[in-house]
Amino acid sequence: MEKYSLMREFADSWFLLAMFSFFVAVVIWVFRPGGKPLQKEAAGIPFKHENEPAVDDTDVVTARDNIKETRQ
Amino acid sequence: MWDFVKLVVLGAVVVLAAIAANYARDVAYLVHALIFMAAAGAVFLYTLRNVGKVKVADTGYMDGVIRYGVIATAAWGLVGFFMGVWIASELAFPGLNFQFLEGYGNFGRLRPLHTSAVIFAFGGNALIATSFYVVQRTSAARLWGGNLAWFVFWGYQLVIALAATGYVLGATQSKEYAEFEWVADWSLTVVWVAYLMVFMGTLYKRKEKHIYVANWFYLSFIVTIAMLHIVNNLSIPVSLFGSKSVQVFSGVQDAMVQWWYGHNAVGFFLTAGFLGMMYYFVPKQAERPVFSYKLSIIHFWALIFLYIWAGPHHLHYTALPDWAGTLGMAFSIMLWMPSWGGMINGLMTLSGAWDKLRTDPIIRMMVVSVAFYGMSTFEGPMMSIRAVNSLSHYTDWTIGHVHSGALGWNGMITFGALYFLVPKLWHRERLYSLPMVSWHFWLATIGIVLYASSMWVSGIMEGLMWREVDAQGFLVNSFADTVAAKWPMNVVRATGGAMYLTGAIIMCYNLWMTVKRSPAKAEATAAAPAE
Repeated sequence: MEKYSLMREFADSWFLLAMFSFFVAVVIWVFRPGGKPLQKEAAGIPFKHENEPAVDDTDVVTARDNIKETRQ
Repeated sequence: MWDFVKLVVLGAVVVLAAIAANYARDVAYLVHALIFMAAAGAVFLYTLRNVGKVKVADTGYMDGVIRYGVIATAAWGLVGFFMGVWIASELAFPGLNFQFLEGYGNFGRLRPLHTSAVIFAFGGNALIATSFYVVQRTSAARLWGGNLAWFVFWGYQLVIALAATGYVLGATQSKEYAEFEWVADWSLTVVWVAYLMVFMGTLYKRKEKHIYVANWFYLSFIVTIAMLHIVNNLSIPVSLFGSKSVQVFSGVQDAMVQWWYGHNAVGFFLTAGFLGMMYYFVPKQAERPVFSYKLSIIHFWALIFLYIWAGPHHLHYTALPDWAGTLGMAFSIMLWMPSWGGMINGLMTLSGAWDKLRTDPIIRMMVVSVAFYGMSTFEGPMMSIRAVNSLSHYTDWTIGHVHSGALGWNGMITFGALYFLVPKLWHRERLYSLPMVSWHFWLATIGIVLYASSMWVSGIMEGLMWREVDAQGFLVNSFADTVAAKWPMNVVRATGGAMYLTGAIIMCYNLWMTVKRSPAKAEATAAAPAE
């Protein structure tokens, strides 16, 4: 088979399926149980380091702990 | 040592550019070689004067380049809007096509100048500046690569200068929104790779566990634009010393590649990049996190997977096979869902804080922007349907659609971001004047409404007049009839554009006075080192 038809065949079948499965997997993954606290944490990122970068990793860990504490 | 390497390279560029200018085969190339020579010479002198200076290791966020980006955004905005008002007035009053401008400043030369100035100069600078701001704040890390960010900023301005002078002097490859020739194309590729490195490097050294959703949108914009730009500009220069190049693709393949590029420039430059802005600045201004983080992730992946296929809807009723047009149309219609998901996510971020709409003109601006995003992403898929397209294509309706998206969505969200950024970046307590923001808001909004509605009327009228046939099957109207019939709409459109431009001038004055007059912020950050 010539290269165009081969690639066209592949694009119409397996690659399409792969991309669609990837998308479905993302949607399922988003709604997984246990994702909620992580998503809440991610949604709060813009409100954390407004003026200064984090100094080192411990800084972020404490910030994360603070969030957990306030949630409890 | 590194300084000396830089000096040698810059010196070589100056000499080579001078040689190229000497051998130049056309005026545009000559001017471009001289611009390169001047730019490399300036950087050479700057580097020379700073050789051997002890550099203090920088900490804190790198905001200097963002301040420059904000200034460039505002300035290019004024230039681009003015060019738009100018050529819109030329359509209404043909006497404005002055004889002495013929060959350099006539409509055909100025039109790409307008589109590139607003999309790439105004929009591009806004995207680069805000992405640098957002990626630092949401990664809790300084920009990666030291002065590479400055290279990105100045390199991008250089590309704009090349493109703009090229249009006026006639160097164009006549691809819409990708008009600039190979010298500017190659330069942009280098700058864009540096941009990608700065952005990725900052993400790589982030101190946050998650990559915030705005960064996903920015990253997809940078990566996709790199891919689109390279594939659409696969062309062979006729001479190393001339601006003309020849496309590798030809015929309908070239058309398809062009609109694959063209529509994804809309999808990834004007949508994904600006959605990055929305996902950071709307929550910040509303002081509450985004409505649904889940929805933002699905929004992202759905948009990415669907947009890339929508291009063929620009080529209905052409030599492009019908199946490709239908594919583009089907994907355009599917785009309704992620687009409206994103719009709902942006608007609902204000749920529980709707009162801010009364008191805060900046959030009002952002909300109108997101509303226009919803409106134009409804209109676009509708126009991509083949039957609708047979009426709307080649008419003013398309232009109205583009402007409700560009002025409404891109313009307003950028203005909102600028109003947010200037007090932050210059450490001011607040903006100089909120009433001025309100004036800007109303001028811009009414201007867009005038623009879009006049173009709907004019476009649908044109479409109907062009297809009208008499009992014998002859066309009733000549092209000149439609030109005459849409005169009032052209006047309204120029008026709307002038109002939008006036609003932007008020914004620039307000931002300028914020920096000059507004009280400084009284807190520790005021002691942050100036860059």
